[in-house]
Amino acid sequence: MSEETKKVKRVLSKSRIETNRREFIRSAVLTAGVVTFSLAGLLPVVQGSSARLRPPGALKTVFEEQEFFAACIKCGQCVQVCPVNAIKLADLDEGVGIGIPFIDAREQACDFSCDGLQCVLACPTGALTHELNYPADTRMGFARLDQPKSCLAVQGKGFRGQVRGPDYKGLLRYDEIDRWNPIAVADHPYDLELCDLCVRQCPIEIRITQCVEKDRQREQAKREGTLARVAEQHGNECPPKHAIELQPIQSADGITRMLPVVLDGCVGCGVCEMICPVEAAPAIVVDIDKITNWG
Amino acid sequence: MLNYIKESFSQVFGNPPTRPEKGQQPEELLAIYQAKRGALSKADLEAAHLEHHGTFFRKWQRRRWITLIMVNFLFLVSYKFDVQLLEGAMTASRFVGFHFADLNSALQVMLAYKHVVLNLVIGTTTVFVMWLLLGGRTFCSWACPYHLLSEWAEYLHLWLVDKKVIKNHTFHRKTRSVFYVIFALLAIVTGYTVFETISPTGILSRAIIYGPGVALIWVGVLLLFEVFYSRRAWCRYVCPIGVTYAAVGTLSPLRVVYNAEACHHEGDCRKVCLVPHVLDVTIRGRAHDITQDVSADCTRCGMCVDVCPTDSLNYRFKGLDKLL
Repeated sequence: MSEETKKVKRVLSKSRIETNRREFIRSAVLTAGVVTFSLAGLLPVVQGSSARLRPPGALKTVFEEQEFFAACIKCGQCVQVCPVNAIKLADLDEGVGIGIPFIDAREQACDFSCDGLQCVLACPTGALTHELNYPADTRMGFARLDQPKSCLAVQGKGFRGQVRGPDYKGLLRYDEIDRWNPIAVADHPYDLELCDLCVRQCPIEIRITQCVEKDRQREQAKREGTLARVAEQHGNECPPKHAIELQPIQSADGITRMLPVVLDGCVGCGVCEMICPVEAAPAIVVDIDKITNWG
Repeated sequence: MLNYIKESFSQVFGNPPTRPEKGQQPEELLAIYQAKRGALSKADLEAAHLEHHGTFFRKWQRRRWITLIMVNFLFLVSYKFDVQLLEGAMTASRFVGFHFADLNSALQVMLAYKHVVLNLVIGTTTVFVMWLLLGGRTFCSWACPYHLLSEWAEYLHLWLVDKKVIKNHTFHRKTRSVFYVIFALLAIVTGYTVFETISPTGILSRAIIYGPGVALIWVGVLLLFEVFYSRRAWCRYVCPIGVTYAAVGTLSPLRVVYNAEACHHEGDCRKVCLVPHVLDVTIRGRAHDITQDVSADCTRCGMCVDVCPTDSLNYRFKGLDKLL
């Protein structure tokens, strides 16, 4: 009996068949359309135009960042914890890179003023790998003196006033002013006889200076027998290598000229690019791993 | 229980709801159907319909809109005022420190990344248990930001259809299953979370929290498509998030339950439903029993509960009534 009823049900009117046919075609077109659009999202990645400076610990190699893209769940928790708002999320024009964090160093670099790599700790998927403990462990990119001719130190010039002008919104932490809260760079004018901003503000160099000072205090305390007064620090919190230094240039005209030289300890945080006072284009820039030639 | 799971999966997959076979329905149900035959004239139905609409009070809809807006607003407030209640976005977050991960986003990440991340496991488990208790696709209608915009677009669509300006175009419901498989395969094969690129849920959630972007144009296109071409097309025929949560919903004790006793079978519920196939049970002769649970493809939005003039559809938390 049931077989009979099934047979009866299968007889469809002509108009019903036509409706079904149209619905099927519509569905196929919808599927093809949406899938094609979503696949177009792969284009920026294939073309490499989505290469950006990524937050510390991003799961990527020198040549590609597929794992980072795959592991990132696009939630922006790294954005929320960054004290200097260095991290932004990419838009639809970066295709599958949408919602993936990047840093525009010139606008706002990562100065590690959170101390503990908060973005790494906040990441729910390990797209920013938790294997990282200290700023010096990361390698986001690598700085390069792009325009030696426009570099103030190379020209033997100093710098006075607000770096990047009064309207610049960028933040940096100045330990001597406020240990905990970053302030606007515009609120911290400089008066330098010879511009050394890229070295002076380098978070790695600042940390090394602090460590050296701590060590000196500890030594002194040991000699004077007041050891307990000096706070203990973990050894490897101290960056093992220098990141940047100024080297003197021999010149005949008697002007003191210096050349910023990027060293092995550079982590590519971008502070030098951010703080470089050359208006038109920064003299020093951070190369993203993908397009750099140091790898 | 097993039947409910089987039937739910079948409907989520895109099959029409199974019809009761002859002799399957209990006598009492048939008696109810028989008693109502011709008992109400068309005019009576119209009157009942009008009376209900006269005292129209969309209780659940209001509660749902408030909840949905509050949830999405909480993300924004947490970030802007740094209160750290609900950090992150709809795809993954921390609620007072606890990891939460949207099940579909987490699935896409695991398929693309091909690793299982511990925090993600914790996050997905929390969210799984939460939506298991709350009904699965409850996520869609009570939390998804796209759902609300789409619901408003739907009113516009229905008004235009009513004015005969446009016609609604349906798609085959299995299209959504095809999409589900395609997006899963794309994640595995390409190694990128391809669906996330076009997911209006993620796009909107991030736009609310981190500010608008170009991606909103895509959401606008989807809404226009729904207004002028096909009613609720994204949620009905495309979105894999709904499928993932529907799977959770098959095990959920929170369901909408249909009772045939007082039902007029006039179909007001099916007219307002996002997924009207789940309410085929309300058609005369189609229920398997006097009371029957609405399948897990249901988003538990409560529209049918609101519009039903005879109180034949209600929320029920299975087992809770026995407990109390």
